[in-house]
Amino acid sequence: MAHEHPPDCPLSVHDLTVAYQRKPVIWDVDLNIPEGKLVGIVGPNGAGKSTLLKACLDLIPKTSGWVHIYGQPYRTNRHLVGYVPQRESVDWDFPVSALDVVAMGTYRRLGWFRPVGKTEKSLAMEALEKVGIAHLSGRQISQLSGGQQQRVFLARALAQEARVYFMDEPFAAVDAATEQAIVTLLQELRDSGRTCLVVHHDLATVPQYFDWLIFLNLRVVASGPTAEVFTEDNLRKTYGGKLSLLDHAAEAIRRS
Amino acid sequence: MTWTPDDTWIAATGALCALACSLPGCFLVLRKMSMMGDAISHAVLPGLAIAFLVTGDRASLPMFLGAAATGVLTAVFTQWITRFGNIDQGAAMGIVFTTLFALGLILIVQAADHVDLDPGCVLYGAIEFITFDTISLGPLEIPRAALVNGGALLLNLIVIAALYKELRLGSFDPGLADTLGFSSGLLHYLLMTLVAVTTVAAFESVGSIIVIAMMIVPPAAALLLTRRLLPMLLLSSAIAGGSAVLGHWAALVLPPMLGFERTNTSGMIAFTAGLLFTLAWIFSPTEGLLKRHTAASGPPGDPA
Amino acid sequence: MPTLQDILGTILLQSYNTRVVVLGTAMLGLASGITGAFLLLRKRSLMGDALSHATFPGIGIAFALMISAGGSGKALPGLLTGATVSGVLGVLCMLAIRNTTRLRDDVAMGFVLSVFFGTGAAVYAMVQTKPGAAGLESFIYGKAASMVLSDVLLIFAVGLLVTATALLLLKELTVLCFDEGFAASTGWPVLTLDILLLVLVTAVTVTGLQAVGLVLIIAFLIIPPTAARFWTHSLRRMLVLSGAIGAVSGWLGASVSALFANLPAGALIVLTAATLFLFSLLFGTARGVVLKRIDQSRLQRRIGRQHLLRAAYEILETMGQPVSNQPIPRQRLLEHRSWANPELSRLLAQARHEDHIEPGPNPSLIHLSESGFGEASRITRNHRLWELYLITHADIAPSHVDRDADLVEHILGAEMVRALEAELKPRPVIPNSPHRIPSPP
Repeated sequence: MAHEHPPDCPLSVHDLTVAYQRKPVIWDVDLNIPEGKLVGIVGPNGAGKSTLLKACLDLIPKTSGWVHIYGQPYRTNRHLVGYVPQRESVDWDFPVSALDVVAMGTYRRLGWFRPVGKTEKSLAMEALEKVGIAHLSGRQISQLSGGQQQRVFLARALAQEARVYFMDEPFAAVDAATEQAIVTLLQELRDSGRTCLVVHHDLATVPQYFDWLIFLNLRVVASGPTAEVFTEDNLRKTYGGKLSLLDHAAEAIRRS
Repeated sequence: MTWTPDDTWIAATGALCALACSLPGCFLVLRKMSMMGDAISHAVLPGLAIAFLVTGDRASLPMFLGAAATGVLTAVFTQWITRFGNIDQGAAMGIVFTTLFALGLILIVQAADHVDLDPGCVLYGAIEFITFDTISLGPLEIPRAALVNGGALLLNLIVIAALYKELRLGSFDPGLADTLGFSSGLLHYLLMTLVAVTTVAAFESVGSIIVIAMMIVPPAAALLLTRRLLPMLLLSSAIAGGSAVLGHWAALVLPPMLGFERTNTSGMIAFTAGLLFTLAWIFSPTEGLLKRHTAASGPPGDPA
Repeated sequence: MPTLQDILGTILLQSYNTRVVVLGTAMLGLASGITGAFLLLRKRSLMGDALSHATFPGIGIAFALMISAGGSGKALPGLLTGATVSGVLGVLCMLAIRNTTRLRDDVAMGFVLSVFFGTGAAVYAMVQTKPGAAGLESFIYGKAASMVLSDVLLIFAVGLLVTATALLLLKELTVLCFDEGFAASTGWPVLTLDILLLVLVTAVTVTGLQAVGLVLIIAFLIIPPTAARFWTHSLRRMLVLSGAIGAVSGWLGASVSALFANLPAGALIVLTAATLFLFSLLFGTARGVVLKRIDQSRLQRRIGRQHLLRAAYEILETMGQPVSNQPIPRQRLLEHRSWANPELSRLLAQARHEDHIEPGPNPSLIHLSESGFGEASRITRNHRLWELYLITHADIAPSHVDRDADLVEHILGAEMVRALEAELKPRPVIPNSPHRIPSPP
């Protein structure tokens, strides 16, 4: 039952257990995520999806196990990582424009002291165009709608040019157009060899959006290519038998 | 009223000090730490007392260093208590500064046994008396306070200009700053060092009232007038400088009108800043009370 | 140095002067501890700081008015009224800023603090030249040691009134502090409650200000509630504790200062409170740092033990049925869970220490002890029950799973466990092992 973790893997998680207070929240998590995949993390409420993400990013302490990004701990390789947090994590009243926020993604290239120049601004503008809100670049961020704010975050991640992206519910409370724009963007990222891990809620869209799935319910129920693991059996093991959502999902399986 | 050259120096020094304070103050306000200036100006007392007890002398450099070091320590302790105790930052700040102040009082009393060291006089300069303590620079007699606050202003200008994007990033999204390789901790303590140095420089030469007011009021007023950081820094500086000059003028004009002999310039500067804030509060073209009032009574408009 | 008799005499309040000062400070500590708790929960701890500064202009203006009316200018009721009016104005100003602008609490408090303080300084400098103004600053800096009976009576009156009001409105204030939006949506008059809470704080602050001074009253409003939070998660208990910590720091601190008469009393009381805070921060039973660390390392050890014993049991299962306790090659353990070598050594040392492993001559062969074997089988069984439960009851599982419970039955009930075990029997190896993961192509 030994498990190998190849060093070129964008994300490998080994024997991860995270516990708050006395209760383990997730346990025995073992994962290898191949490069260039659009990975959905799905599971019921309270299954530990955000916890898994945060433990991968060293935002909460691990009780046992380790997480490697391209064969190195997060600390060493965090320049390869882009994190799109839940929207509430920043102060949207902060006096910056959408363009300013997106340009922050380019700061690593700039390094200390060098100010934001034309190149960075045009890179940021490109990223805004890709998410379809270039015309709002000058708006202060509190004057954007929820969906637009989410797009700003994604454009920033895009400008960041990371190789692995972690996204905590980017589809939460956004309009249909934004959701579509985000999906297109994610697919573009995937096609350029990036790996995206996305916490997702809507089972109906899962097979459409993702090509790799992690079923999580306190421990990993299944992880693998969507075509292989998106089965009724795994859904039942993750969500239980009585879920009306399952009917949607079954529908989705039939369609896929 | 007679406006003498001394008055020009006082207004100018007040303006320098106000500008020096309002620059880091903008970042404090944005980071929800606006009470830091107040906390530091109380908390430096033990630093002063220890510097005095160690060197046995009231020379200003060791005192300055001791005070600035305690100021930074205030920020460090606040951060520790907030993190390890998982409690509100304001409460942590309050605990740290009251404790350090109490410690300082006891140390000062100890020190005062040996030599006459009055807390009020060691601690707080007064802007009215700056022209009694001057330094000759060529033909000019420049008040020491003007040089000290000018120095603090210069330091703040240089650091904020050089690290503008880093400070903005660190204030907006510390997590992202860390991912991008700009240590948010380092940026936090850099800002706290600026605040501590500015605070000590200012209250040692012109008193603590100006410091506390100028770190909060001009940035807050500017935030009501603009939604961009650079204009906010500029507006805040303008309001700070304006309050200093107008405040000193009011300190000369107002008391005779009310039948008193004189008043306190620092207090009047803070009062003037408060008035300017109130103007911004009422008349701000984007979100002033008037605008809100008309918006509320008119048809619901575009929230943007 | 004070003798033991001095110390006892002071703490037991034998001298009249000490009794007055100690009782006054203790009562003030109690009242501010209780009101401060609400401020802390409302994330407005520094309100006391802002308020105490906001009283300055009121004191100066009251003095000027009383002088021009031909009075002495330093009549206590007049000055206290001035301080209160000005404090309440500060509170209203703060609430107005908060409710009509984008600016947040900390800015609103900072604004009131600095502008009122500055205005106060200006007013004070103006009236200073009038006869009889000397000593006005003692209203600002206070002297706890020179407290007299009338001060104490005032403190008791205000303190009891404030405490009683706070306790009567316990439910309302709790709702306000916990979730302002919810309180408003369920029809509570949020603004009125907010003003009321701040008026209580103003009363405590103004009373305390002239009795014990500015910094002490700020500390009294912040330190006791914060210290109390480390001991309890319940609001009621926190209020009681906060009041008690305030009273005890007042009593101990004032006693200490009676013994060291040359040191400032207010400062000693603050330091006493700070010591109590530090102690709570470290050793508090609910959120104390030390206890949290101990819990964390205990948890880590327990999870390590579970992993090791379960791995051992799973290997034993492959070595023959029925499962019997035989020596296990260390190498197989190492491979079973891909432990790093030093990590496994640490786990083994820990297990040996807990008598789960027989001390043997050969370090490359691991032999479970009798109790270790029993524990291993129990842990493995529990683990499988939970995994199975998660599969069969995935929809409700996350809120029920407590994998660390010694007995699954305690959580799930005997009935459920029987059902699970029946299902477990025919498939001794768990149907879905989380450890069999597909490798990337």
